[in-house]
Amino acid sequence: MDKIDITRRHFLRTALTASGGFAIGVALPGWAGSTIDAAPWDRPVPGDGTEIGAWIVIQPDDSVTIRVAKSEMGQGIFTALPMIVAEELACDWSKVKAEYASANRNLADPAPYGAMGTGGSRSVRTTHEALQQAGASARVRLITAAAQRWQVPVGECAAKDGTVSHGPSGRSVKFGALVGEAAGIHLDQEPAIKTPEQFILIGQPLARLDTLVKVTGEAKFGIDIRVPDMLYAAVVTCPVPGGTVKSYDAGAVTGRRGVSAVVPIANGVAVVADRFWRAQQALAALPIEWDYGAGVGTSSAQFRKDYRAALDGPAAVARDDHGIDEALAGATPFEALYEVPHVAHAAMEPLNCTAHWQSDRLDVWMGTQDALGCTRRAAGVAGLKPEQVFVHNCFLGGGFGRRAVNDEMVQAVTVSKAVGKPVKLIWTREEDIRHDRFRPQAAIRMRAVLGSDKRPAAFDIRTAVGSIERSLGRDKVENGIERQAVEGLVESAYGIPKVRVSCVLKNTHIPVMFWRSVGSSQNAFAMESFIDELAHEAGADPLEFRRALLRDKPDFLHVLDVLAEKSGWGKKMPTGSGRGMAIHEAFGTIVAQAVELAVSPEGKVRVDRVVAVVDCGHVINPRIVEMQIESAVIYGLTAALYDEITIKDGRVEQSNFDDYPMVRMADTPKIETYLALSGGARWGGIGEPGTPPIAPALANGIFAATGKRLRSLPIDRDILAGKMSA
Amino acid sequence: MISITVNGARHELDIEPETPLLWVLRDEIGLTGTKYGCGIGQCGACTVQIAGKAVRSCGLPVGAVEGAVLTIEGVSQDGRHPVQKAWIAEDVPQCGYCQTGQIMAAIAFLKDHPKPSDAEIDAELTGICRCGTYPRLRAAIHRAAASMQG
Repeated sequence: MDKIDITRRHFLRTALTASGGFAIGVALPGWAGSTIDAAPWDRPVPGDGTEIGAWIVIQPDDSVTIRVAKSEMGQGIFTALPMIVAEELACDWSKVKAEYASANRNLADPAPYGAMGTGGSRSVRTTHEALQQAGASARVRLITAAAQRWQVPVGECAAKDGTVSHGPSGRSVKFGALVGEAAGIHLDQEPAIKTPEQFILIGQPLARLDTLVKVTGEAKFGIDIRVPDMLYAAVVTCPVPGGTVKSYDAGAVTGRRGVSAVVPIANGVAVVADRFWRAQQALAALPIEWDYGAGVGTSSAQFRKDYRAALDGPAAVARDDHGIDEALAGATPFEALYEVPHVAHAAMEPLNCTAHWQSDRLDVWMGTQDALGCTRRAAGVAGLKPEQVFVHNCFLGGGFGRRAVNDEMVQAVTVSKAVGKPVKLIWTREEDIRHDRFRPQAAIRMRAVLGSDKRPAAFDIRTAVGSIERSLGRDKVENGIERQAVEGLVESAYGIPKVRVSCVLKNTHIPVMFWRSVGSSQNAFAMESFIDELAHEAGADPLEFRRALLRDKPDFLHVLDVLAEKSGWGKKMPTGSGRGMAIHEAFGTIVAQAVELAVSPEGKVRVDRVVAVVDCGHVINPRIVEMQIESAVIYGLTAALYDEITIKDGRVEQSNFDDYPMVRMADTPKIETYLALSGGARWGGIGEPGTPPIAPALANGIFAATGKRLRSLPIDRDILAGKMSA
Repeated sequence: MISITVNGARHELDIEPETPLLWVLRDEIGLTGTKYGCGIGQCGACTVQIAGKAVRSCGLPVGAVEGAVLTIEGVSQDGRHPVQKAWIAEDVPQCGYCQTGQIMAAIAFLKDHPKPSDAEIDAELTGICRCGTYPRLRAAIHRAAASMQG
C-alpha cells in the first residue's frame, strides 16, 4: 500500500519507469533554499524569547534557525534534518538556517538533543520522528498564540509558509511576531505528526544549505579556526602504533624562531610554536628515541597468514540454524577464501583540534562526529566537569568514521593545558595516514553445500577479523562476537535453508575502527563474490540466481528488477569487457549495483559505468541521496582498485597520497542512481549503504571480462596481466 | 622582509622565505579558504593562482613567488563567479574541504580551455576529492564553460 502511494507521489514530479524506478535530479522551481553561516558551531542560548523549544529559533525578521545535533561531514545532514523540522513547522524554507546544537546544553537530563554521535547512517532514521514532533509542537504553539491574540478558536487558524492565518476574518500574522507568546504556551497534548503520504517538503530535491559558503571559502572547518593569542602545535607519535617515547632532546629545537615549548603527549611529542610551519620544521629536527613496543617486527604478510590460520582455530558462533550440523555432515563443500587489507579513511582535512584550556573552562573547536562524547572525554583530559567544557563543532572536512574518536582532541587539550594558551594542533597528512584507526584486515571463508539442483542448501561462513570494540578499549564484545565483525553475514537476506556464521576476533597492535559501511565493507565483498561464484558453478545468470534466492523478499526483487532494466543486464559486452553486479542491505537500505568495465592486457581496469538502485524506504531529499551514492561508490572503488595499508616491521608503510592513491577525475565512471522505494516501515540510512556493493560488483565484472576470479582486495593488476596466478 | 600581493593587497612580512605560500596565506594573512591537504602537491586542496596560472601552494616557498596571488577569497565575495555559480547549480560540494582548490584550478583551466573536452578535464584537473564529487565537478566545469561562452 505504501509502495503504491509513494510511487504515485513521485510520479507527479518525475518520470516514472515501467518498473517503478525513477531518475533523480529533477529540481522544482521555487525551492531556492537558504544558506547558512560560515561558522555553524553552537552559540549561547538566546534569552530574548526567540527560541521555541531547544531546536528552533525564530527572529523578528521571520528567519528560522533550526539546530542540528548531528555532524555535517558532507552527507548533507545540515539540509536533511532541517527539512524534517520545517516540514511540520510550516515555515518559509527560504528563510531557514541550520546551526549546531550545543553539546554542553545537551549534558542536561533529559538531554534535549538526544544522542549526537553521527555514524551508522542513522541520523535520519533514528531522529526523524523526534524532529517532526519538535516542528509540529512549535507550529501548534504558534497557531495557539495567534488564536489567543485574536480570541478565536484554535481550530479556525492554520499555519503555512511562516504565517498563521484566520480564515473567517482573513487576518494573518507572521511567525516572527508570535514566537515570544508561543514559547510560553504549554500544550496538554503533543500534536500528531505527519505520515509520509502527507509530506510536502520532504521528498523534494532541494538545494543544500551549505553549498554557497563552501564555494566561497567562507565555510569554517576545524583547521580554519583562529583564536586570539593562539599558538600552533605539530605532533608525532611512535612510528610503531602503541610504542612510546623513550627520550627526546628539547634543547635541540627550543632556540628556533617562534618555538615556545616541547610537550610530551601520549605515545609522542608535540612542538609548540607561533606558526604551524615553524612547529612542523622544529618537530622534524627534534631528536626522539622511541620504545617501539610490542608491535615491532610484525608485517602485513604475517598478519595475513595469522588470519588465515585463525580460520582453522576455535571460533564463536554468531548464527547457528537448527539442523546445520546435519546439512554440513558428509558433504564436500564448495569453498572460497576472501581477504581484505587494512585501509585508511584519509579524509581531505587532516585531523586537527584547537583547544583553549583555562582553570575553570575548556573550549574546543574541531570537527567531530560526536560532540557530546567529545565533551565528556575532553572533561576527563582537562580535569574539569563536563559542564565546564564547550565543544564548538565545525564543518568536518570528511569523516567516514575517523572523526568518531578524537585522538587529536586529547592531544590538543593536553598541550593547551601544558602551555596555558589556546593551541591549534594539526596532524600532517603523514601523521593522519600512519596513525589512522584503520578498517580491519580480515579473512573470510565461505563454504556452501550444494543441493542436487546446484543451489546452496547450507552456508558455513567464518570470518577472522580485528575487533573494533576491543581496539577502542570498549567492553562490548560478548561471547567472542561483535556486531561489526558479522554484520551483513548473519542477517543476509538470501533464502539459504541452513546457515552458520562464526567469527574469530583477533587484534594486532594496529588500531582499527569504523570505516564507511564498517563490517559490510568486507562482508559484502565475500558474500556477493561467493554468490557470483555459485551462480557460475550452477551455470546460472548471476542476477537470475540472486532472484531465485530472494524470491520471498519483494523489496529486494523490486531493486533487482530496476537494476536489470536500467543497467541493460544481459546485453552483450565487447571482448575484454564485462558486467558485474552485487546487492547488499546495510543500515536498513538495500543497494544493488551493476558495473561495466574493461580490462587491458596490462591488467588495468577501467570502470565505465555504475548503475545503482537504492531502496532506503523513504527519502528526505533525493538530490542528497544521489550525491551520497556517487560518493559511496567512489569511496569503495578507491579501496577496491588501489588501497592497502601495509605493515612492515610494525609500522605503516604508506604516508601520503603519493603512496596511498585515490580515484581521481580520470578514473571516475559514469554513475547513475535510481530509487526503488518500498516505503512502509523501512527507513534506511544513506551515507554508507552505497559502499559495500561496489567491490564485489567490480570483482564480478572482472570475472565476466577475463574469467579471472580475484578474491582479495585491492585487485591485483599482476594477476590480470597474467604475470601471477590468483 | 618578504613582499607579496594577494587579492590585490600588498603584504610586507617578516618571515622565512622558505615558508610555503600555503601557510603564509593561512597563518600570516588569515585567508583560510586555501586548504592544507597533503603538503606534497598531490591533492590540490591548496590550489591558488599566480599570474593567472593554477599553482599548488603547499610546496611553493613564499620567497619564490613571482606575480600576484589570487585566492578563493579574491574570486568573488558572493559566489557569483560563473564557476562558483556552476558549482552551486550542480550541487558539487559535499564536505566541501577540497572545493576551493578545485574551483581555483577550474578557473585557470577554463581560461586555457574555453570549450574543454572530457579528456582535457581528466588530464588537467587532478585534484583529489574523498567525497567523490567528480561526476558533479565534471558537469559543473562543462556548465561553467557554456555560461562563460555566453
